[in-house]
Amino acid sequence: MKRTFLAAFMFAGMMIAQPLDPAKLLQPPTDSWPTYNGDYSGRRYSPLKQMNQGNVNTLNLAWTRRFTAGGGRGGGGALSIKATPLEVNGVLYFAAPDNAWAVDARSGRELWHFTWETKGGIHIGNRGFGMYGDWLYFETPDCYLISLDARTGKMRWNHQIADVKQEYFCTPAPLVIKNHIIIGVGGDSLDLPGYLESRDPETGDVQWRWNSTPRPGEPGAETWPSKESMQHGGGMTWLSGTYDPGLNLYYLGTGNPNPVHAAQSRTGENLYTCSIVALNPDTGKIAWYYQVSPHDTHDWDNVETPILIDGQFKGQQRKMLAQAARNGYFVLLDRTNGQNLLTAPFVQTLNWAKGLDAKGRPIPDPAKEPKTDGVLVSPNSSGVANWFAPSFNPDTGLFYTHATESYAVYWQTDTDQTPEGYGGRDQSVWSQNLLQAIDYKTGKIAWSHRYPNQGGTRSGLLSTAGGLLFGGDPTSNVFAMDPANGKILLHAGLHTAVSNAPITFEMDGRQYLVVGAGDMLYAFTLPGN
Amino acid sequence: MLRVLQRSTGVAAVLWAASIAHAQLISRPVPPADAVERGHEQFVVQCGSCHGANARGDDNGPDLVRSAIVLDDEQGSLIGPLIRQGLPGDGMPAFDLPDAQIQDLAAFLRERTQAAINRNAYPLQDLLTGDPKAGQAFFNGAGGCSSCHSAAGDLAGLATRLQPAQLQTRFLYPRSGRGGAPGKPTTATVTPRTGPAISGTLEFTDDFTVGIRDAEGYYHSFPRNAVKLDIRDPLAAHAQLLGKYTDKNFHDVLAYLVTLK
Repeated sequence: MKRTFLAAFMFAGMMIAQPLDPAKLLQPPTDSWPTYNGDYSGRRYSPLKQMNQGNVNTLNLAWTRRFTAGGGRGGGGALSIKATPLEVNGVLYFAAPDNAWAVDARSGRELWHFTWETKGGIHIGNRGFGMYGDWLYFETPDCYLISLDARTGKMRWNHQIADVKQEYFCTPAPLVIKNHIIIGVGGDSLDLPGYLESRDPETGDVQWRWNSTPRPGEPGAETWPSKESMQHGGGMTWLSGTYDPGLNLYYLGTGNPNPVHAAQSRTGENLYTCSIVALNPDTGKIAWYYQVSPHDTHDWDNVETPILIDGQFKGQQRKMLAQAARNGYFVLLDRTNGQNLLTAPFVQTLNWAKGLDAKGRPIPDPAKEPKTDGVLVSPNSSGVANWFAPSFNPDTGLFYTHATESYAVYWQTDTDQTPEGYGGRDQSVWSQNLLQAIDYKTGKIAWSHRYPNQGGTRSGLLSTAGGLLFGGDPTSNVFAMDPANGKILLHAGLHTAVSNAPITFEMDGRQYLVVGAGDMLYAFTLPGN
Repeated sequence: MLRVLQRSTGVAAVLWAASIAHAQLISRPVPPADAVERGHEQFVVQCGSCHGANARGDDNGPDLVRSAIVLDDEQGSLIGPLIRQGLPGDGMPAFDLPDAQIQDLAAFLRERTQAAINRNAYPLQDLLTGDPKAGQAFFNGAGGCSSCHSAAGDLAGLATRLQPAQLQTRFLYPRSGRGGAPGKPTTATVTPRTGPAISGTLEFTDDFTVGIRDAEGYYHSFPRNAVKLDIRDPLAAHAQLLGKYTDKNFHDVLAYLVTLK
């Protein structure tokens, strides 16, 4: 017995150089980028400042690498790297639908490539890995949670986490909190109930499940007219949330209610769809909720990253949470209890709300719900914000997000008492992308960068202590801006638009910047040998 | 692609053709139309009184379109035993149906679920609720449309070329790809710090580069921060109107435009 213990201890000691140190998850990201957002706060703010305003225009390309997807149906088309890579001990780990890679962060050399033979599902994207020690976790479009050995890329196990035949599909990066692998699901086509699960890191077994729509008799059931409407009520959980270790609360934005555009069978506010919820990660019990889009009818999933901010608000030091929501409103909450501190639109075209209620929630205008002959609404169903990662910079006090001004026609097509599927359609007619810097204390736009062309893609963002804001523009440039005023300090044309969010880390005493664009990763660093 | 398998029962079963692509809504095999039609007729007769003629359910029986059993079914694999055994506790009688009929029912139900899933194919209902006279007044008045367009000129015969569903979004912002040819191009004049100004079609712009093609077909690109750039977007008025239309306005304009035949 003693010998076994000793052997296990020695084994663990030998492994220490390579597995992810759990302490890294609780620190600002420096020599690693160990979670989807870099750290639990969701700020995507790096304390590194080797790259700074004085030298960013001398950045060199360290390496580029193109990847070819394989396996199943996910490999057939153009690869778009939407995942934020993890960087741990000099290795980058990232995923795409049915595919996952490890590459040497120094050279881009491929270490392993895992492929999954899919059973179907919508192959719209994959946001990447969660990591626990030596184990990696990612989700597939056909809703399997797969655990890989980070050293080899060999599959340890897989578990089905949702039924693809019922039209679920899965995209989010699992988030590791203590010994919990937090996973979510997606799927809007056929009015499915959403849920979030915690899985055991060793076995993949379910530790708890939180349902994003209530069951009859549970709190929130009063916001639905019937058992049937709750069972088909949506509320998908398709983007990683954030975590406050001190409060031990996991913050998650939830998806829209279903049927999406025909709401006659779901009168009411439809909790906990389009909400920010605070959950205990050990139990899955809800501590509080705040609904950002009550009774949504426009497909405005409220999954955008709820960023944790510690700072001053009206003369008081507070623990806060900020979100730039798909519906076009910026909300600031007290994250200890969900109390609304501030709500403000962050583009000026919105026309769907009649104002704010006493809790700071937008009041949807029934005249702007989808109609059989169409209504003209701003924004379109892709929203003002979406999954593209925002960033908060504590040095400037500004919250950065890509944003879109847009208009769309929304039609109701299903006038049955119990509509099914979307029950309607929408068509975007015009859109214009911006980068908005929002003062979290007032909700006002501190500065705005309007791109000179319509439409195009939106990237995620990264800010650093070096006085830099990194992102990608709607054409194909990666850029660095002065986060205080939006002045562009650097740009570099890539072969296609940035498709994920930039990350940064220190390795060998040098700061690196890595971005994904389509099927390639690009790594930049400062000049040196 | 259709594949025919010979089953041990001797019944030829057609495997439904798979139609799969990236990010497309339908990812399940499409049942053959003749099986769907037979299944529909049979469903109405044998199942419709409880589950409704369209399988959405009614007071006597549950919705089958969003039923987990129906969705997990593969050509009768789950609903076949259920139909033959019934659900006595829930009041559903047993039906002793042959394989072929079970498969037809499965085909019909699959078609129903896929019709619900495939939102891009949902038929739009009555779009023409507006007042054409009010639309004409808006066109010639508050909308300012007649400053660029005329019913007898560029828009003559418009409604013979475009259906109302295409026309409704296209007049709001007439970019190409929604049922019509590309409109007039955006043009620009670039004035460098030294040298003559150059005008042409705006071919590319971002924050750093502007590219125009002149009347002779030559392409010229410039660093944006070193030139004065004057862009003339013929669709700017359409974009500005989007924030001004009431829903009645745009219904009225559509009702007017469909009279231009």
